[in-house]
Amino acid sequence: MTNRQNTLKKIQTKQQTKQIASALALASCGLFTTSAYATELAKKTDDWKIDAALMYYGEQDRVQAIEAIGTAQKAFGDDSVLDLKLVVDSLTGSSASGAVAQSTSQTFTRPSGNGQYHVSAGETPLDDTFQDTRVQANVAWSEVLNPDWKLSVGAYGSKEFDYMSIGANVGIERGFNKDNTTLFLGTAYSFDVVDPEGGRPVDLSAMVIRDNFTTEEAYRTAFEATRQSGSDNKQTADLMLGVTQVLSERWLLQANYGLSSVNGYLTDPYKVLSVVDNNGITEEILYESRPDSRLKHSFYVMTKGALDAGVVDFSYRYNTDDWELTSHTLETHYRYYFSGSFYGQLHLRYYQQSAADFYQPFLMADTPLPEFASADYRIGKMTAYTIGVKFGHKLSGGHEMSYRLEYYQQDPKNDGTTIPGELQNFDLFPTQKAIAAQFSYSF
Amino acid sequence: MLKPAFIAVSLIIGLSGCSSLGVEPWEKGQLARSDMALDSEKLDLALDDHIYFSKEGSSGGRAFAGGGCGCN
Repeated sequence: MTNRQNTLKKIQTKQQTKQIASALALASCGLFTTSAYATELAKKTDDWKIDAALMYYGEQDRVQAIEAIGTAQKAFGDDSVLDLKLVVDSLTGSSASGAVAQSTSQTFTRPSGNGQYHVSAGETPLDDTFQDTRVQANVAWSEVLNPDWKLSVGAYGSKEFDYMSIGANVGIERGFNKDNTTLFLGTAYSFDVVDPEGGRPVDLSAMVIRDNFTTEEAYRTAFEATRQSGSDNKQTADLMLGVTQVLSERWLLQANYGLSSVNGYLTDPYKVLSVVDNNGITEEILYESRPDSRLKHSFYVMTKGALDAGVVDFSYRYNTDDWELTSHTLETHYRYYFSGSFYGQLHLRYYQQSAADFYQPFLMADTPLPEFASADYRIGKMTAYTIGVKFGHKLSGGHEMSYRLEYYQQDPKNDGTTIPGELQNFDLFPTQKAIAAQFSYSF
Repeated sequence: MLKPAFIAVSLIIGLSGCSSLGVEPWEKGQLARSDMALDSEKLDLALDDHIYFSKEGSSGGRAFAGGGCGCN
């Protein structure tokens, strides 16, 4: 969080002052100290600091993505910092639609209503029309108001083919206890417009298939009946309270509480559920339906330590919300300096979530339709882990280059649903494997 | 649902009351290292957040839960 760096920036500044002051202690002259420090700072703040990264993300047989990200930071005097960020990503490939595998091939209508795709017997249905390019820009300004208070404000906008989002945030920090403790209070608001290809499906309406109609006109009429007109929107209001505490000369602790209230269109317009009979045979495919509000809490605690030849952090995050989706995340990074200019780093992450209360891997034909239902494995019961390595070089002139490779595996689980008939022959909760490779450069 | 909020706020305020914790300004040399900044790997963190936000049911914690993406 860029606006949480205040404590360490202040620590750094004060430390530099202290070091210079020590070096000039014999002179015992406050004026010398001030001018030497000012020269040092001016050298640092004249230039833009640029960080850029290019990442490839690829799932086995599913989504492939390229994401480019760049940030530029410039300080104006001692008290003001401007941060700019630009992100461009491009996605292609298939994603799980939510429908279950069958012993015969299945036909699905594309989200646009134009054309259909087939899924072979025994295969998990994937929607192969997943393709998008997204551009996001952020701007942030932080201002030290006085030795104790710091204000930060930011705004962003992002646009992709079927989605648009704009947002703003403001945060205030105050240092206490010789800057060993920093309290942070922030709030953010975002407004998103969802305009899916082919329109938003009517909640839990049945997918119509062109093959079942004799004329294109009859099919079109039936398809349009499953669609709602116009776009919809989603508003997110966030509140965050945090504390950063220096524990010792080498360790610090960060703890955050976040409250997030989301209202509006929260359904995924491209996800569906299979309705199956007692033999596990699909009778029809329904578009999913999610509640139009979600209240989320997060609690995050992280400790970070400066080692003689490295740095290490450990964090734990607990999330819970009124969809009854609860998660635990454990994460650590350990960096070791092989030399003054070369390091290696290990990243481990473990994630576990319970299912949202309306998640169902499929619907049974002989039970009444619920108000909300989704078979999206991302809100089902799941564990996931990440193993990553990174190597970084410090180059001349303060430049730095790093490479990162990560393996990410998701293991969706059955949360006690009885699997009927032939569905027992298929893996309804397939493991998903992905790798991410990243190259970064800073100057 | 306000119970988690109450517990969290109490814990954070409790932590911030640890005025006996901490060190003198001249003992902060190690903490002032650039690799000790909370955002020392901000691009990695941003990219990771985007992946996990897209693929998992929870988000946020370290920073705002965010939005700005039709991926979830």
